Amino acid sequence: MTLTTDHSRATADGAHSHGVVPAGSRAERKTSFDLADIPVPTGREEEWRFSPVARLQPLFSDELTGDGVAVTVEAAPEVTVETVGRDDERLGRTGKPGDRAAVTAWNAVREATVVTVPADTVASGPTSVRIDGTSKDATASHLLVHAERHSEAVVVIDHRGDALLNQTVEVLVEDGAQLTVVSVQDWEDGAVHASSHRASIGRDAKLKHVVVTFGGDVVRVTPDATFTAEGGEVEMVGLYFADADQHQEHRLFVDHAVPRCRSRVTYKGALQGASAHTVWVGDVLIRAEAEATDTYELNRNLVLTDGARADSVPNLEIETGEIDGAGHASATGRFDDEQLFYLMARGIPEIDARRLVVRGFFAELIDEIGVESVEERLLASIEAELEKSMSVITGAPAR
Amino acid sequence: MSTLEIRDLHVSVDTKEGAKPILRGVDLTIKSGETHAIMGPNGSGKSTLASALAGHPKYEVTSGTVTLDGEDVLAMSVDERARAGLFLAMQYPVEVPGVSVANFLRTAKTAIDGDAPSLRHWAKEVRGAMENLRIDSSFAERSVNEGFSGGEKKRHEILQMELFKPHFAILDETDSGLDVDALRVVSEGVNRAKESTDVGVLLITHYTRILRYIKPDFVHVFVDGRIAEEGGPELAERLEEEGYDRFLPAGTTASA
Repeated sequence: MTLTTDHSRATADGAHSHGVVPAGSRAERKTSFDLADIPVPTGREEEWRFSPVARLQPLFSDELTGDGVAVTVEAAPEVTVETVGRDDERLGRTGKPGDRAAVTAWNAVREATVVTVPADTVASGPTSVRIDGTSKDATASHLLVHAERHSEAVVVIDHRGDALLNQTVEVLVEDGAQLTVVSVQDWEDGAVHASSHRASIGRDAKLKHVVVTFGGDVVRVTPDATFTAEGGEVEMVGLYFADADQHQEHRLFVDHAVPRCRSRVTYKGALQGASAHTVWVGDVLIRAEAEATDTYELNRNLVLTDGARADSVPNLEIETGEIDGAGHASATGRFDDEQLFYLMARGIPEIDARRLVVRGFFAELIDEIGVESVEERLLASIEAELEKSMSVITGAPAR
Repeated sequence: MSTLEIRDLHVSVDTKEGAKPILRGVDLTIKSGETHAIMGPNGSGKSTLASALAGHPKYEVTSGTVTLDGEDVLAMSVDERARAGLFLAMQYPVEVPGVSVANFLRTAKTAIDGDAPSLRHWAKEVRGAMENLRIDSSFAERSVNEGFSGGEKKRHEILQMELFKPHFAILDETDSGLDVDALRVVSEGVNRAKESTDVGVLLITHYTRILRYIKPDFVHVFVDGRIAEEGGPELAERLEEEGYDRFLPAGTTASA
């Protein structure tokens, strides 16, 4: 079974979108810094309709007072790290919260971590931000990654341990800067994590934004990218692997608000085990003024076992005819038994054959990440994930 | 000297309406170095025989035996059959995205031989075999069968036959869809493997033209799930002239 939509040749079309069309356009979605403007969701709202709202409930409270994560930053020597109060004027410049989790995170947080790459500086190595879950008190946290004019850096945010975390990650890429931000969700089993990533991309700036989700009970990441001046570019890459009962949701929004910007979105996921659930929603809005926009988004899911569910909804809204290109593709397929037969008929044992196919599925994506330490870790994590489903074949007890 | 022995083989295929019998008692013995052509009209069960021998899960053996030098092939898993020396060149080779031809060939060779081939020797052997089959060296880095033309897929199958050196190779309509040049290249590959390894070949085909390049020792005519007639190469010539009509019930025709 393979379901596909491929609209790589989509052209100007005032109402080109798929799935259940949201109430109004993304341009009209409520965004606000004020808690009172965005109520606790029921689960029927467009942005929550795939989510296990009950499991996320602790993160919707207006009293996220816990202190359940420890933040440790190991910065490249050129990069500065500060802890600032919530009133620091650098915070809140990348856009307003767009859903209940995001607005509670914004209001609850008392202080924020600010990572700054100074203007005209090239960081000599990656900067690592470790977020370790230490208790299950519902906690808010805030991180700003600020790449000043013509700087270059790689920042890896790494989530481990067990936590109930509601997080804001602001990414401010100023004119001419080139920034890679990688967020790895490698939580232990019980973690619940909502994360609003809001990126603002300046003139001729380039952001590579990578999301990797393996662990946790519920992980819901909502990356927004907004272009604020011409010539900007964003490449959004995601890789996820959901096991039994895990919910992994990635909702992206690329806002082409200005002319001559380019966006590429590529997310791939694998699922295994009963009630493993992944959601990918990719909204792209090309506003009337965004002439010469070039955008393409793709999502692929590989369902390895029965009982798993992948939802995939690309939405493309185009308000101008003067674009260079706009398209999307989405496909969800089961593990292909014919591939397995072909490889086994060449003497390759079933376990190795499955491994080859799944590694092959992710191979291209991993190459795109461009951060060696992350790539190696990813390959190891994929191996570890596969061990779980292989246990069914080898007869060894599952995790 | 190896022997592949098929005795009274009955095979059903899973369909939505339940199991449907396709093979109805096949008897066939192939020895090393021999080439057997199996010919027959569409739907006679030729390809089912190939898939069942390789162990495709869609096909269920309901009775009969298959042995390789006395070992029970039907008790082996798909990969065990390959490691025991059976090779199936598929009619429709499958695409495996993200797995390079080079990685695939090395992984399979290692599995079949039980240990990894020496790096330098192997690289040279692969390069040489690819050249012989006129496969561009860039294919080594491409994903298995992905975006290959029909002819490229078939050459890639024969490449594997040459590199893996099986005891018995089943070629399932390897000639279908090939132009004359590709047919010649592919046939040369099969003949090279025959000369260098004494492989026994089961050549399944609908047409006689491949038999101009690969000389069969025996020809079997397959009709309605069993062998209807057997003979030497002269039988193929007769089929070329007469087609399969005389094997079919009166009033029906088949294209040859």
